[in-house]
Amino acid sequence: MEHLYTKPSIGEQLNKLNPKKETLQFLLNYSKALRINKYKQLSFEMILN
Amino acid sequence: MDYIKATDAALVQEFIQGNENALSTLINRHQQRIYSFIYSKVFDKDVSEDVFQDTFIKVINTLKRGKYNEEGKFLPWVMRIAHNLVIDHFRKNKRMPKFQNTGDFNIFSVLSDGDLNIEKQIIKDQIECDVQELIKELPEDQLEVLTMRIYKDMSFKEISESTGVSINTALGRMRYALINLRKLIEKHNLILTN
Repeated sequence: MEHLYTKPSIGEQLNKLNPKKETLQFLLNYSKALRINKYKQLSFEMILN
Repeated sequence: MDYIKATDAALVQEFIQGNENALSTLINRHQQRIYSFIYSKVFDKDVSEDVFQDTFIKVINTLKRGKYNEEGKFLPWVMRIAHNLVIDHFRKNKRMPKFQNTGDFNIFSVLSDGDLNIEKQIIKDQIECDVQELIKELPEDQLEVLTMRIYKDMSFKEISESTGVSINTALGRMRYALINLRKLIEKHNLILTN
């Protein structure tokens, strides 16, 4: 069986890229912690631990 | 609700109503495309990671504030935010001062405190407040385009689809909005600089 020594194209390489799990987890935790309360025309952001 | 089959629009609505799992599905669905897009521009995994994170922080903030204008275009909107953040990244890098190798090197000639101090923060808030008041004086059609472009981060193509006018008309309204804003600044004798 012959070996293929060609590299995947840049397009193929890009298609396999994904962000780290830690980044995704951070975003989900950030979203859960973020609360925005509105009072009249003001909005207050809070990050709850 | 079957999250896998649900449309982006439905997931966005679920998330706005407080269902955090909808966000997880949205991120999983589009992460590869958005991350690859960012990486294809910056070619650095760490920077891509940062831009990706900033993009979704902006998305989450906008959705939770109820400022998202749903038109079934979630992915193009997120891509636009990512694109703008990539541009910001390159602009920041361009502004980064370069170290010049001289005999008497002073670290403070290279480093400076980039954060706004209290005075500058107050001035910045005042300027933003003034601009928001000025915008209200614009004619309705110009106000609409300007708000969509600047505050909702929509492209002119999206604005034209949303308002039912051509892209050129939307561009023209944006141009007149800026011209009129300058006139209003002169009329009110405002100085909007730091």
